[in-house]
Amino acid sequence: MSIVSNTNIARRRAQARHTSMFLRMLWRAAILRRGRAASALVAMAVAAAVATAMLNLYVDVQAKLRKEFRNYGANLVVVGKSGTLDTDAMRTVQSALAGKGLAVPFAYVVARTPDGQSVVVAGTDLSLARKLDSWWSVSSWPSASGEALIGVRAASVVSPQPGDFGLSFQGKTVRLQPAGTLRTGAAEDSRVYLSLNDFEAWTGVQPSTIEIAASGSPEEVAAFSRELQQQLPDADVRPVRQIMEGEARVLGKTRATLLAAATLIILTSALCVLATLMGWVFDRRRDFAIMKALGASERLISGFFAAEALAMGAFGALVGFAAGVGVATWIGRVNFHAPVVPRFSVLPVVLLGSMAVALLSSVLPISLLRRVEPAMILRGE
Amino acid sequence: MFVRLVYESFRRQKRRKLLATVAITLGVGVATAMIAVATDIGDKINRELRTYGANLLVTPQEDTLDLEIGGVNLKPPSDGAYLNEADLPRIRGTFWHHNIVGFSPMLPVTVAVGGTDGPKVGLLGTYFSKKLTFGKDDFITGVRITHPWWKVQGAWPDDESSDVLVGEDLARGLDLRPGTQVELAGQPHRISGLLSTGSTEDHEVVAPLSVAQQILGKPGAVRRLYVSAMTKPEDALARRDPKSMSGEMFDRWYCSPYVQSIAYQLQEAIPHSHAEQIRQVAQNEGTVLSRIQGLMLLVTLAALFASALAVSAAMATTVFERRAEVGLMKALGASHVAVATLFFTEATLLALIGGAAGFGAGAWLARQIGKSIFDSQIVIEPVLFPFVLGIAVLVTFAGSVAAIRRAVKFDPVFALRGDA
Repeated sequence: MSIVSNTNIARRRAQARHTSMFLRMLWRAAILRRGRAASALVAMAVAAAVATAMLNLYVDVQAKLRKEFRNYGANLVVVGKSGTLDTDAMRTVQSALAGKGLAVPFAYVVARTPDGQSVVVAGTDLSLARKLDSWWSVSSWPSASGEALIGVRAASVVSPQPGDFGLSFQGKTVRLQPAGTLRTGAAEDSRVYLSLNDFEAWTGVQPSTIEIAASGSPEEVAAFSRELQQQLPDADVRPVRQIMEGEARVLGKTRATLLAAATLIILTSALCVLATLMGWVFDRRRDFAIMKALGASERLISGFFAAEALAMGAFGALVGFAAGVGVATWIGRVNFHAPVVPRFSVLPVVLLGSMAVALLSSVLPISLLRRVEPAMILRGE
Repeated sequence: MFVRLVYESFRRQKRRKLLATVAITLGVGVATAMIAVATDIGDKINRELRTYGANLLVTPQEDTLDLEIGGVNLKPPSDGAYLNEADLPRIRGTFWHHNIVGFSPMLPVTVAVGGTDGPKVGLLGTYFSKKLTFGKDDFITGVRITHPWWKVQGAWPDDESSDVLVGEDLARGLDLRPGTQVELAGQPHRISGLLSTGSTEDHEVVAPLSVAQQILGKPGAVRRLYVSAMTKPEDALARRDPKSMSGEMFDRWYCSPYVQSIAYQLQEAIPHSHAEQIRQVAQNEGTVLSRIQGLMLLVTLAALFASALAVSAAMATTVFERRAEVGLMKALGASHVAVATLFFTEATLLALIGGAAGFGAGAWLARQIGKSIFDSQIVIEPVLFPFVLGIAVLVTFAGSVAAIRRAVKFDPVFALRGDA
């Protein structure tokens, strides 16, 4: 019984010594050849940083660019089949959207100026329209009730003189104060815009159109559009195909280009690491020869170099990941004025990739050296 | 003697030299490809952004107010002023005609479908893909270029025929099919296809421009003209009023493809017209374009950095492996300068060979990227060649310098004994 436990302890002790020796060898190798080890580590870290930054950008660029594309305005339009929408249509749209986008109601009538000219008058939620249609060039937005926004082409017709002007619709006349002019280069230039409250009080006409800028991928927007159509059977929910197709094309091409660039860059830096680490391992063929001459098994030596490479790969990847996230954040801030969110899903990819490259670059030279007699190496041949 | 040394070094160490050359070729190749893609991406994305349709609208100067609600114009078709169709090819004579991808004239009229007492629908006269001539220059333009999201089931009509397209909603309502005849304003027309646009045209008939002019009784009349042009993102100069500019500044403004200056030139080319940017398209494409260009520029910097690192690492390794050789040369009495000159000459030769090969590889790579992603060529400026070679030499030098200095400083005794 005691003999068994004694041998057990002895074996465990031997094993512990073995492990500690192994760790000590790894540690001393890193300390003694600081210069070479550091340069290999730097190469490893830089490559991991570049890979992290590229992958992070590639994952995040879609969300970033989608936000830019939402500036094109509505990608869905809801139009009443009979000309007007139900009074609670706007509420239905809002609840279906659940905050993932913007919905703006529009109501239109054709009114007459005092000298008999026709002009389109639109009623809308001006603060929402300002957010949805960011390209509108407006000299000054209406702030009070009774103020109107006048399209540049309509201005000379409805209010040739400064001061308030009159408009009539179905016998009811209203006096409005011009707040500013609106320039878009499209149909809006020939219209007069009022706040929805002023508009409804004057004409009694309900909104006929809701313009929606729904965020998300094309599939999500299409699904949302179908869902909305089911909830609003009396209305037509139409995607604005011009906006949807343009976005899909530009996004797709940008991502493809970025992917090509990322692949090239990552390949280059992986090869750089391979060259550096292989040089480093090859340089230490004398250590290898001495270990072999002292009776180390080939398995032990291979294990030693592999463990060293793996440790270096893991450490380099971690340092590189932190640096790469920094680079990606900086690019996001400089280019998109919003930081790129660090994606931790990238970390395992970078970690495994770095360790694989490091392992490959240590195993290759070892398998070459294995065939050479230690005496030849030690003699310097 | 020096030449012989260099020659022998290349002859005897083929494997090592090959490795270094491969590293340089690879680094320079990636850098060249990325520079080519980054310089060309603006133009490529600009073309893709044309999917959003026209960014300029030309209307008659003395026009009455439009009464447009939800894309339907309630203004009587005979009301207001017109542009002259004969003036349109002159767009081809403007300074920035290469940037104008296409233009489409529009003439909306109202017609009765199937007999004079049939339902009234809108008919839009336009160019589909019309051949026009300006001077000796032949070109094709129309909605197939300016409105790429229009889809036709069946065939597009010929611009010289009297065939028409019927919007899919209208066709469903009236039970019309492609290939059959329909009577419009008393005249029979063949339906060549059904049109789907996701917009008001789905409820309309779209016909060649001459058909609409005939129905209206005004030959040569055009109500609006949509122009699709590739433009440069707006900056401070673009926003200034051309009237307030000095002569030199005006020339600079006029000769930049800003949407404003193209609008100004369209007004010059077409008499009695008013050209305006469609801000929804024009303003946003500027931001999208500058974002993507900025992104690619930064990515290219990363690529340059990565390839510089790869080349430096390869050079450092090759020099470091030759310590014994340096020791021997020094033991035989070579000065530091002589040894360094030898190594730098070798590095220059490697850089020139690798750089030239890398430039070729990079050009091929850029072309592949252009072909597979954008379906068009990415052209590499030959001006880049000396520039890329210069960078290759510089990076190779920078990579070797530290290693050479260490090798030269090393005591020949230790180097020869093999004690590193």
